[in-house]
Amino acid sequence: MTEGGELKLLGMWASPFVTRAKLALQIKGLSYEYVEEDLGSKSELLLSSNPVHKAVPVLIHDGKPVCESSVVVQYIDEAFAGAGPSLLPADPYERAVARFWAAYLEDKLVTPWRQVLRVKTDEERAEVMRQTIAAADVLEGGLKESSGGMGPFFGGESVGYVDVLLGGMISWVKATEVFSGAKIIDAAKTPLLAAWMERFCELDAARAVLQDVGALVEYARALQARFAAAAPNN
Amino acid sequence: MAGEKKGLQLLDFWVSPFGQRCRIALSEKGLPYEYLEQDLGNKSELLLRSNPVHKKIPVLLHDGRPVCESLIIVQYIDEAFPGKDGKPALLPADPYARAQARFWADYVDKKLYDCGTRLWKLKGEAQQQARKEMLEILRTLDGALGDGKFFGGEAFGFADVAIAPFTAWFLTYERHGEFSVEEECPRLVAWAKRCGERESVAKNLTPPEKVYEFICGMKKRFGIE
Repeated sequence: MTEGGELKLLGMWASPFVTRAKLALQIKGLSYEYVEEDLGSKSELLLSSNPVHKAVPVLIHDGKPVCESSVVVQYIDEAFAGAGPSLLPADPYERAVARFWAAYLEDKLVTPWRQVLRVKTDEERAEVMRQTIAAADVLEGGLKESSGGMGPFFGGESVGYVDVLLGGMISWVKATEVFSGAKIIDAAKTPLLAAWMERFCELDAARAVLQDVGALVEYARALQARFAAAAPNN
Repeated sequence: MAGEKKGLQLLDFWVSPFGQRCRIALSEKGLPYEYLEQDLGNKSELLLRSNPVHKKIPVLLHDGRPVCESLIIVQYIDEAFPGKDGKPALLPADPYARAQARFWADYVDKKLYDCGTRLWKLKGEAQQQARKEMLEILRTLDGALGDGKFFGGEAFGFADVAIAPFTAWFLTYERHGEFSVEEECPRLVAWAKRCGERESVAKNLTPPEKVYEFICGMKKRFGIE
């Protein structure tokens, strides 16, 4: 639908939140201009497009910025409703269920996970990993509830909103497992999520967009070193 | 199925700004519902069954089916009970306007309540930090409002519903942070007054002095000066 200049995505290759936006754009078959940001030296465009958070992803559509990955994904779904499948179901109750699990993912899994590289001690790291893994266990129940016995996705037979939000995290889930030595999505404990991850990775959109796990592991080690060297109350 | 009753029930706690978002939305839509005050110190079977994951209020039960998380409830109310022309009234029709509304609701959820809690709970350096952050948050909201009547522009909408209940907490923030919201953020205060003129908001917000009393009570319970 769009020629070059209409859709622009400001991102950073390693960011799982940017990956969410890329997945949504890919699934909808939308072409866009991608701009890789140097987060250590943020561009004027980024700062003026997202003055509140100064973060990526930012989707700029006809010059108008949309910020926050979950808001961006919903925007892509609604502004391009005709293009490709709908990410949120039509039924209001099913939409509420999808939004619930999206919020759960963010508050209970992503939030502790974000601390894994930042915390200083082994104990703190073990604690945030424990919280992340506990959230995966609950999310397994959410997948069962959402897919309504159909599957393998939260959206049922096709990819939906929660799938895209969790899908953006996949390479980081794998990288964190390498990095920490602990499984977050363990086929023995969360078989539905494990199957979900396999099927998701087979999608064309996933193949096109998901980051290389080895590259993320390297990036993670460097990031952890930076956090460790920074002042205590950073 | 969590509950058995037909119609709408709201499991809530009187002073909760999150619960009040739902009450405002229900009122805006003219929807009758049964209000069920919850004892959060001794949670009911119904609450625990309806929200097993978080065990929190608010929970909306619609013909016994639970919807949890205040902003999700507001969107559900909007979508399950569309207006006469079939379109929902709280979230605008335009996708970009919807994105803006969601952004500001998300901003308030991420920032305001937690910062407010730190402001009244903590002391010394930590409280000063909370004060600084609170001023930044309020100024950001003031800036976002600009010269607009409401966050959505001309019409009272989703972002306004999300933020309005916190206006009852301004007094509590002011007294703990020793600042005046009116002085720092005049547009935000003017907006709060406009919201307060709507029946849905006037009926459902806790009077600011009562919020303050409630927080003082909480502080006593936590052994805070």
